[in-house]
Amino acid sequence: MAVKFDLNEREVWDGNYAASQALRQADVDVVIAYPITPSTPIVENYGSYVANGYINGEFVMVESEHAAMSGCVGASAAGGRVSTATSSQGFALMAEVLYQASGMRLPIVLNVVNRALASPLNVRGDHADMYLGRDSGWLQMGAFNAQEAYDLALCAFKIAENASVRLPMMVHQDGFITSHTAQNVYPLTDETAINFVGKIQPIDDMLDFSRPITYGAQTEEDWHFEHKAKQHKAIMDSMPVIDSVFAEFKEITGREYNRVEKYDMEDADVVIVGLGSTVETARVAAKNMRETKGIKAGVVAIRCFRPFPYEEVREALKNAKAIAVTDRSSPGGAMGAFFNEVSAAMYTSINRPIVTNFIYGLGGRDFSIEEGERIFAEQQVHADAGYITTEIQQFSGLRGPKLAFFKTERS
Amino acid sequence: MAITSVKNLKEFSTNNDRLEGAHTLCPGCAHSMIVRELMNCTDDNLVISSNTGCLEVSTAVYPFTSWDTSWIHIGFENAATAVTGAEVMHKVRKKKGTLPDNDAPVKFVAFGGDGSTYDIGFQWLSGAMERGHDFTYICLDNENYANTGGQRSSATPIGATTSTAQAGTHSYGKKEKKKDIVAIMAAHGAPYVAQLAPNKWKSMAKGFQKALETEGPCFINTVSPCTTEWRFDPKDTIHITDLATESLMFPIYEIIDGHELNILYRPKNIIKVDDYLGAQGRYKHLFKPENRHVIDLIQSDIDKYWTMLQRREEARI
Repeated sequence: MAVKFDLNEREVWDGNYAASQALRQADVDVVIAYPITPSTPIVENYGSYVANGYINGEFVMVESEHAAMSGCVGASAAGGRVSTATSSQGFALMAEVLYQASGMRLPIVLNVVNRALASPLNVRGDHADMYLGRDSGWLQMGAFNAQEAYDLALCAFKIAENASVRLPMMVHQDGFITSHTAQNVYPLTDETAINFVGKIQPIDDMLDFSRPITYGAQTEEDWHFEHKAKQHKAIMDSMPVIDSVFAEFKEITGREYNRVEKYDMEDADVVIVGLGSTVETARVAAKNMRETKGIKAGVVAIRCFRPFPYEEVREALKNAKAIAVTDRSSPGGAMGAFFNEVSAAMYTSINRPIVTNFIYGLGGRDFSIEEGERIFAEQQVHADAGYITTEIQQFSGLRGPKLAFFKTERS
Repeated sequence: MAITSVKNLKEFSTNNDRLEGAHTLCPGCAHSMIVRELMNCTDDNLVISSNTGCLEVSTAVYPFTSWDTSWIHIGFENAATAVTGAEVMHKVRKKKGTLPDNDAPVKFVAFGGDGSTYDIGFQWLSGAMERGHDFTYICLDNENYANTGGQRSSATPIGATTSTAQAGTHSYGKKEKKKDIVAIMAAHGAPYVAQLAPNKWKSMAKGFQKALETEGPCFINTVSPCTTEWRFDPKDTIHITDLATESLMFPIYEIIDGHELNILYRPKNIIKVDDYLGAQGRYKHLFKPENRHVIDLIQSDIDKYWTMLQRREEARI
């Protein structure tokens, strides 16, 4: 039996510590990891829980992130609960195995503390690593603060291990801004937490020798397409499971989560659509715009990046006049990837609002309230004119001359 | 039936078939001989992993599998990590009592070709050996990337021609000597390391059993002649292996705890390496007069290595 860990009703935790407590409370059997800033404390803490008897699992530090995810795949196929954490270059090094984990339908939970990808080397938060994972077949959920990093990590096990889902899942939080900022966190008791998450029910267990199982077979043009189609369907079908897990979580904690979060959207004309900790800044900016300028500003945040909630995004934005989609990742010669998703959703809506793209905050450049206010003010200009008055893509918060791309045909 | 004896080849070879005969390995490939022998060595449950390579692509093409035991393949490089991940999970579930059969003994074995062992998976192998997991890694060493059409690996011997180190009018084939993987694995301090060959099936079976019984990370390099890329007749696999062990191109030996070396096979009449090289198409060009120096170099390296092995064995250190 594990040693009891004393928790207060309210703790002051940063996002990393919050995530590691979720791993302890979910009674994760095996964590196989490799350290990288800023996610390292998550797995370090799990290791310290093992070292001090707070958890009856095993912590293995391997020689690379690629090996970390490889070991997680082997451990998960052996029937137990598995989790790890990474960031940035480590995430990139894992990339090969991410696809293999999802193809084998293994419910591993990966805590990703978002950080920029080199070069130039940068340890601060942006969403380049999160975007790198977007076609990997994993479910991806975003936390905007430490409480959410904790809550969503608990929910992740319950969603990923659900017999009808059986897919690996990433829980993202922003490097340093969330991972290293101490905030109030209200944890569940150990008993409530484990009752909520439940025990893992092994499926195709490599340690059940009464039913030998082959993992990682080869399929060529005769079967590969069917397997990948089935995998996509499983990802799509996870949406109602995610909703029901969120509903159950709300019942026991009062904290509500949705695949798309809406703030001040009842009557909003101008909207910032965002991911991660930026959402909280944008919410303050929206309030300020309403109070000081009388601009009906609102914020839509994507909680669930994969599966991407196109229908819910369309519904949330159906009455908006001008929408700024914010991408915290270098677009590399295109529109921001997030802009493309939201635009796809809105192109199929009845009133096709104005949608523009802001590239911001790369390498941890701060996204300020004033910046949010400027974006809202500009959206109001678009809304009043009835067309896009600037280039479609602008870089926001960049030093030096203004950088903007892609002209609109509408005027 | 627990295997206590390896005296009778017929009985042994039909004992415990957990690798089905239905697979797509080339006729004459030594891989299946080695893998079946490993699986026949024990009645314990087996979790097996394979790196990408000939063995993997030939035994698990959906909707078929040749594996009548738990088997996993992730990528080219990480079979050691995959199987040791399962080994760690086994430890936790045993402790927690959540295994389907908590008392049944389980052995963890990884297979890799020389490309995945000596080259692309070297880091993953080294890491797993250093961490001390209770598993056995078996390299099926056919000295080239046979699955992708015969490219050079760091296990390819000097002088062999491969598709990426070709013999031609200005080249005698591969210029570099073979990496000494056995010494490198022994240097990890592994409790049991050996080089074994399928023609010496009794010593191979004993070595496999020793590795499975030894707690901790064990490594075995097995000679696996490749009829396709070494270019010999598929019926001659064991004959070629005989030439390999009789010429001492592949000496059979074990190293215990990183230092105690035992020679497991001592040829009565050591043959010249010419006989081994001459039986394979990949070395044909070496018999041109201008390439004679390469054969002489190979022979001299074999002689030196054999002397070294004998001295180490005598020294008992």
